[in-house]
Amino acid sequence: MHIRVIDIAKDFGRTGALRGVSLDVRDGELLALLGPSGSGKTTLLRVIAGLEAPSTGQVFFGEEDATTVPVQKRRIGFVFQNYALFKHMTVRDNIAYGLRVRRRSEQPSTSEIIKRADDLLDLVQLSDIGSRYPRQLSGGQQQRVALARALAVEPRVLLLDEPFGALDARVRKDLRRWLRDLHDRTGHTTVFVTHDQEEALELADRVAILNAGKIEQIGSPDDIYDHPASAFVMSFVGDTSSIPIQSDGIGLLHDGQPFEAICHGSCRGSGKLFVRPHDVTIAEASPGRLPGTVVNVHRTARGHRAQILVGNAGVIIEATVDMAKPQVIGERVGLQIQNARVFGD
Amino acid sequence: MRFKQPSALPGFAFALGYTVLYLGIIVLLPLAALVATAAGMGLRGILAVATEPRVLAALRVSFGLAFAAALVDCGFGLLIAWVLTRYRFPGRKLLDAAVDLPFALPTAVAGIALATLYAPNGWIGGVLGEAGFRIAFTPSGIFIALVFVALPFTVRTVQPLIAEIDRSVEEVSATLGASRWQTVRYIILPMLAPALLTGFALAFARSVSEYGSVIFIAGNIPYVSEIAPVLIVIKLEEFNYPGATAIAVIMLGISFVVLLAINAIQAWSRRRLGHG
Amino acid sequence: MVEPKPRHAPLPPVTTESVTARILLISAALLFLGLFLILPVVVVFVEALRKGLLVYLQTFGDPDAQSAIRLTLMVAGISVPLNVLFGLAASWAIAKFEFRGKSLLITLIDLPFSISPVVSGLIYVLLFGAAGTFGPWFKAHGMQIIFALPGIVLATVFVTFPFVARELIPLMEEQGNTDEEAALTLGAGGLRAFLTVTLPNIRWGLLYGVLLCNARAMGEFGAVSVVSGHIRGLTDTMPLHVEILYNEYNFTAAFAMASLLTLLALITLAAKTLLELRYGEALARTTRV
Repeated sequence: MHIRVIDIAKDFGRTGALRGVSLDVRDGELLALLGPSGSGKTTLLRVIAGLEAPSTGQVFFGEEDATTVPVQKRRIGFVFQNYALFKHMTVRDNIAYGLRVRRRSEQPSTSEIIKRADDLLDLVQLSDIGSRYPRQLSGGQQQRVALARALAVEPRVLLLDEPFGALDARVRKDLRRWLRDLHDRTGHTTVFVTHDQEEALELADRVAILNAGKIEQIGSPDDIYDHPASAFVMSFVGDTSSIPIQSDGIGLLHDGQPFEAICHGSCRGSGKLFVRPHDVTIAEASPGRLPGTVVNVHRTARGHRAQILVGNAGVIIEATVDMAKPQVIGERVGLQIQNARVFGD
Repeated sequence: MRFKQPSALPGFAFALGYTVLYLGIIVLLPLAALVATAAGMGLRGILAVATEPRVLAALRVSFGLAFAAALVDCGFGLLIAWVLTRYRFPGRKLLDAAVDLPFALPTAVAGIALATLYAPNGWIGGVLGEAGFRIAFTPSGIFIALVFVALPFTVRTVQPLIAEIDRSVEEVSATLGASRWQTVRYIILPMLAPALLTGFALAFARSVSEYGSVIFIAGNIPYVSEIAPVLIVIKLEEFNYPGATAIAVIMLGISFVVLLAINAIQAWSRRRLGHG
Repeated sequence: MVEPKPRHAPLPPVTTESVTARILLISAALLFLGLFLILPVVVVFVEALRKGLLVYLQTFGDPDAQSAIRLTLMVAGISVPLNVLFGLAASWAIAKFEFRGKSLLITLIDLPFSISPVVSGLIYVLLFGAAGTFGPWFKAHGMQIIFALPGIVLATVFVTFPFVARELIPLMEEQGNTDEEAALTLGAGGLRAFLTVTLPNIRWGLLYGVLLCNARAMGEFGAVSVVSGHIRGLTDTMPLHVEILYNEYNFTAAFAMASLLTLLALITLAAKTLLELRYGEALARTTRV
């Protein structure tokens, strides 16, 4: 199912407002809505679902204008961060619920309903627990049941609101892989909301970055990472250092001092220069290289990093360190910068 | 395990001592007298009193009407708790406070007010009288008084649960295609059932023991509108201490059994569903 | 590219009923509350003032009425402080310490709520009545318990002592021991710690409990009715006097007396609501029934 969101605006008077958002979700794709809290990503998801009504704009499901269609009739599947399982029903009854609330005429037979529920339990690899109650399950199991429940009504699109947010890091990682696998098998158009960039990059076919109610960029994970369209996108996705620069018509200046850097596109303009730690090489101080002093060398999950103080305004650049030739604190160095981007103020 | 865990705070012995002394004189001693008197009668003696026709009738009236009133209070209590918690309308805060009126108002005051209201020439009693309904001096009068008295117990027990309902569960139900009524019936009401049961138990217990609100409107006609507590008072006035004690013990016994049953249902539901 | 439409009618909110249903439900609730709860209160004042303000005020000039008021105030004046002491002692022991038998103690404290008021009075008659356990002993020593002030106080204390304790125990449990322990490490003695640290912490809960205790103490009917003997001018509290006046068909006077008690109830409710609104954080989270 191809979903089109056209110029949606939604005001709350608080955070979460949307300001003119347009988006195309391709049939069968797994799209991530990524952004900080308050960026409007959950609101957008709920507008697509029909749980919120937009102030202006339209939502299309295929050719059908679904903007005023109530949520019950949209045939979507929604999964909440806190699972929202029906605690007083067994797992099987939870999954069968969507089939049982249909009109008599549209309901499958009782045995058919049970069979479908059991098939879904097999699909989410929880075959033996149909008769248990939600409180007897772990978080990861509950979330899989929630997914099975959403799938039972054969939704046109699956909408997941921070589906792994309530789970431990280990379980989260496992379920991520599992979700991608499930998506590849079933082929449902899926939109999921997350604030975790790793999750978005790992799972999604495309990522839409939201900030303060607007979409900053939509693209594949590679697009977003390698070709960020704005300072926000570059800072939000992946590690970045930034340094204020001015241009004197010839080259780059920081704090009045000229230095060289290799940029995507032109290195002109004033504003900020953004660069990723792995694109900064620490070398000997020499003219042309951005000079600085090493103030810190520390370990991160991705290897060792050095923090270099440049200029007089307390700006810190992070660079990856080759532990074969580690830097010493206080050492004066020159930085070779490549793959940088300049974004204006 | 020793009697008390060591603690840096002083004053335990004094505080506990005073507490136990107080409870001993105020509660335990009188209760002991009750138990002693009851024991003096023996089971046979108690049953003999229990099977007196007038006593049986009074017990039927007390427990039967208490059950009915608690039921009605459950229904209306749920309605009122829902309206007060989920909707916004002018005067809501005032009405929320008003729910506690039966709890705050002295029973004698409630008693004469209700009696006057439902008397044949009263505001409501008069209107209903035209339609052929008599309230005062009949069991219906007792029923109305009990509904008044026990209402706060059902409302206040259910209210916190309604406030705590997770909206995402209601939303999920809608995404799965359920109409609002289906969501209420299959999801919300079952979630509130344990609280309703507790509310029923509290309302029932209160209604059974009620005295002051009832005696004015009831007329206290033996076999018809006489409640068990009234019989206790009558026996006391006759200095029939054993008789009065017997009725008291029977009342306590039946209430105890009912509450035990309700507790068991709640424990079962808690085990099954993980909440209660 | 389709032109964005102008603002359109919002979808019905998902987690609430339709407008029609809501109006119906609110009306039903209002009707029920008005009929069952508010109307009786209105009746009290209408009947009290039926013969005019003058007659209303004259009711309180009657010596029996005045002694009833005096007695009620005396009974409350004795019971409430006694129960406050008890509440403080019991909550101190229960909330700040761990010991065996705690739940038994708490069950005992909750006991009066499960007993009919008449039975509450009955047990004292069994103990101190003319044919009771200690009755003859007291009579021989010239002391009257039943049908006199001491009996009324005892019965009132029995039905009202849980209020302060039930409010303070969860409150003090929530607050824990750290404040008092801190005071002790700074050199304060036990009593000092209690007065300067514990009391201020619990003051709103204490006030709340005192309000409820007092309202019940002044309004108790069933238990007092059994032990008092209904001796006009001597052992009649206000609620009992209301009964006497009503049974004599002196309705206006009965309701006049009742109106005083109703005013007390309304003031208690108002104070209670105010406390909950302003100091909800400082009160215990208990079901207050």
